[in-house]
Amino acid sequence: MNPADPVLEVRDVAKSFTMHLRGGLTIPVVAGVGFDVCAGECVVLGGPSGAGKSSLLKMVWGNYGVDAGSIRIASPDGPVDVATAEPRAVLKLRRGTMGYVSQFLRVVPRVATLDVVMEPALAQGTDPAVARERAQALLTRLNVPERLWSLPPATFSGGEQQRVNIARGMIAEVRLLLLDEPTASLDATNRAAVIELIDAKKAAGVGLLGIFHDADVRDRVATRIVDVTGFAGARAAA
Amino acid sequence: MTATAPLLEARGLAKWYGDRLGCRDVSFDIREGEVLAVVGESGSGKSTLLSMLSGRLAPSAGSVVYRLRDGSTRDLADLSEAERRHLFRTDWGFVHQDARDGLRMGVSAGGNVGERLMAVGARHYGEIRAKAADWLDRVEIDVSRIDEKPTAFSGGMRQRLQIARNLVTAPRLVFMDEPTGGLDVSVQARLLDLLRRLVADMGLAVVVVTHDLAVARLLSDRIMVMRGGRVIEAGLTDRVLDDPREAYTQLLVASILQP
Amino acid sequence: MTAPIAPTQGYAFAYLDEQTKRMIRRAILKAVAIPGHQVPFASRDMPMPYGWGTGGIQVTAAILGPSDVLKVIDQGADDTTNAVSIRAFFRKTAGVATTTRTAEATVIQTRHRIPETPLRAGQTLVYQVPIPEPLRFLEPRETETRVMHALADYGLMHVKLYEDIAEHGHIAKTYAYPVRVEGRYVMDPSPIPKFDNPKMHMSPALQLFGAGREKRIYALPPFTKVESLDFDDHPFEPTRFDAPCALCGATDGYLDEVVTDDRGGRMFVCSDTDHCETRREAGHRGALLAAEDPAGGATARPEIAEDLP
Repeated sequence: MNPADPVLEVRDVAKSFTMHLRGGLTIPVVAGVGFDVCAGECVVLGGPSGAGKSSLLKMVWGNYGVDAGSIRIASPDGPVDVATAEPRAVLKLRRGTMGYVSQFLRVVPRVATLDVVMEPALAQGTDPAVARERAQALLTRLNVPERLWSLPPATFSGGEQQRVNIARGMIAEVRLLLLDEPTASLDATNRAAVIELIDAKKAAGVGLLGIFHDADVRDRVATRIVDVTGFAGARAAA
Repeated sequence: MTATAPLLEARGLAKWYGDRLGCRDVSFDIREGEVLAVVGESGSGKSTLLSMLSGRLAPSAGSVVYRLRDGSTRDLADLSEAERRHLFRTDWGFVHQDARDGLRMGVSAGGNVGERLMAVGARHYGEIRAKAADWLDRVEIDVSRIDEKPTAFSGGMRQRLQIARNLVTAPRLVFMDEPTGGLDVSVQARLLDLLRRLVADMGLAVVVVTHDLAVARLLSDRIMVMRGGRVIEAGLTDRVLDDPREAYTQLLVASILQP
Repeated sequence: MTAPIAPTQGYAFAYLDEQTKRMIRRAILKAVAIPGHQVPFASRDMPMPYGWGTGGIQVTAAILGPSDVLKVIDQGADDTTNAVSIRAFFRKTAGVATTTRTAEATVIQTRHRIPETPLRAGQTLVYQVPIPEPLRFLEPRETETRVMHALADYGLMHVKLYEDIAEHGHIAKTYAYPVRVEGRYVMDPSPIPKFDNPKMHMSPALQLFGAGREKRIYALPPFTKVESLDFDDHPFEPTRFDAPCALCGATDGYLDEVVTDDRGGRMFVCSDTDHCETRREAGHRGALLAAEDPAGGATARPEIAEDLP
């Protein structure tokens, strides 16, 4: 993919929550959001907590609905607008085109760590043996002890779960990778490992969109910073 | 036929019981490998919908079209009773909430699993038994219990046996009605995990009716929220559960007890 | 054989009134037209309890004519209470000739056996049936069993056989062994031993089945294909006996076990009394008789009183 080509184009996106249980109270989140993420760059969303960074990431992932605007992702089958796409199209994007490292691992009971990590690769159709090798390499790199691989991550510490989560998010070959504070609960060693992994993804031409509260990490990985508070004017008007 | 053609397609389904509404205006389609959850409280119309989808209840309006293994599509209303039964024991499965409705309680585990095979003409005892044993193993029931009756099994085992009994003929579409209802939480988790794996391995299409949003989240890709006989919200499961739009969906999500 | 006599005054011929017999004949005709299919009929109260052969008797009554020769057996024997009573009943109400010899009979009513002497064209075998529905103990709903028959939905029958093998290592059912008729209906052959099952297949005789309490009639017309259900790797096998009949030495018949004393002594004798006696008349001797009467020679058949006072 040409590095100049955007893998993600966000245009005029607006989002608010209507709380029906609180008398239809409307809470504006963002409005007029527009930015691109190109292949090989890491765009970091900046701004204070509550500015809507996480919500934006979730909208790109299709996890939150979008009130207005478009979120176009360059899939191998052509651009797909997540804001209006059918659930099936979003699922397809999630399988083959974009990856997501969430803030917390949503644990599935009884599934072994190695299988948790392998799953996105298998869903892409990767050969199970190859997927296993990749999962093992990622877990090793993220310092998850091998004795834990066969256990379900439900009982792991927060840091261990987060590293499993990162491995799971990183394993698939995608064009766009969304990172929601992947280093939040990690020590310096593991932070460095994650930075290396991010660098490798950039080098491989993956477009990354992330949130990093840790200023050091942010400065280390960011190609550009998009300040979400820049969309606050629209918010005030909402 | 293309690979992306729907396996089952519901168009404008409605059911009236006299003046009383069962459900109305339900349209969706489902393909191989997709899991659709239908959630709602008792009386929301989800059970009525399931009965119509599985051809056990004639709709008052609308149609359900199914793509048979030979690629032809048929309106369920046009199927003869013989064809319907054949579908039900080959290409379809139905997992009941109460295993007693889906199992023959007086027949051994092996016989329960083997019944579908025998119904479609299997006449080699050794092969039937081997296949039954294989399926017991796949649903994590100790094969040494193959000759025991389900009455001797726990609730979770019965449910897994019911699943094995349904999947032995490699169906493409499985209906599930509250498959984890009435089970202990730890037993539920095991069952859900098993279901997830089987669905993925076999590329099953599943329509699962549940009032348990956690079950819907774990099993399904898409969700339909029903209330008063109508679909009030539908979409990606995590979108609907994390960013519910409708007042009722927000109420449902807000009502989940968090441990 | 006893000669025909004048029936007792005051009864319709063969007890049932003509309208009832016509109703039953219509059911029989339908049953013959759809081999193995259970036809409902308006079973009448008979002057005997259910379970004593009320279905068989109604069928016999409906097909009996003055020139018929009737034989009645119960478990193969002509001289047991049930057989004697039913024979006396028709003797009294129809005056027909009766016999104990299979070869002489035109109508044979039976409880739980098929005679060893092969039946021939022109003979009719009437079975007394307690429970006509082969699926009954697997599926309790009559509405459902009817649909299952209509759709030839018979997987469940094999589930029963599967259960037998799983439990006993072989198909343990030794009587009322289910059969498939002309590749279509699964039928309960009444509680005959499975030893007799092959005799139903392509029999030149007409076979009629009557269930009085359950109000069903079904039939096998002559030369009907009757297969016993089985598995490829557990084929149907008729019962075999290790010893010959102690009385007549027959090795081809179904044997009853008879306990001879209270010290564990026992012997096996033909269940079909006519078969046994016919063989003894011809000079055959089993181990028991050979010991008593080493000289051998034909024996006379015991007389059975046919006309009750």
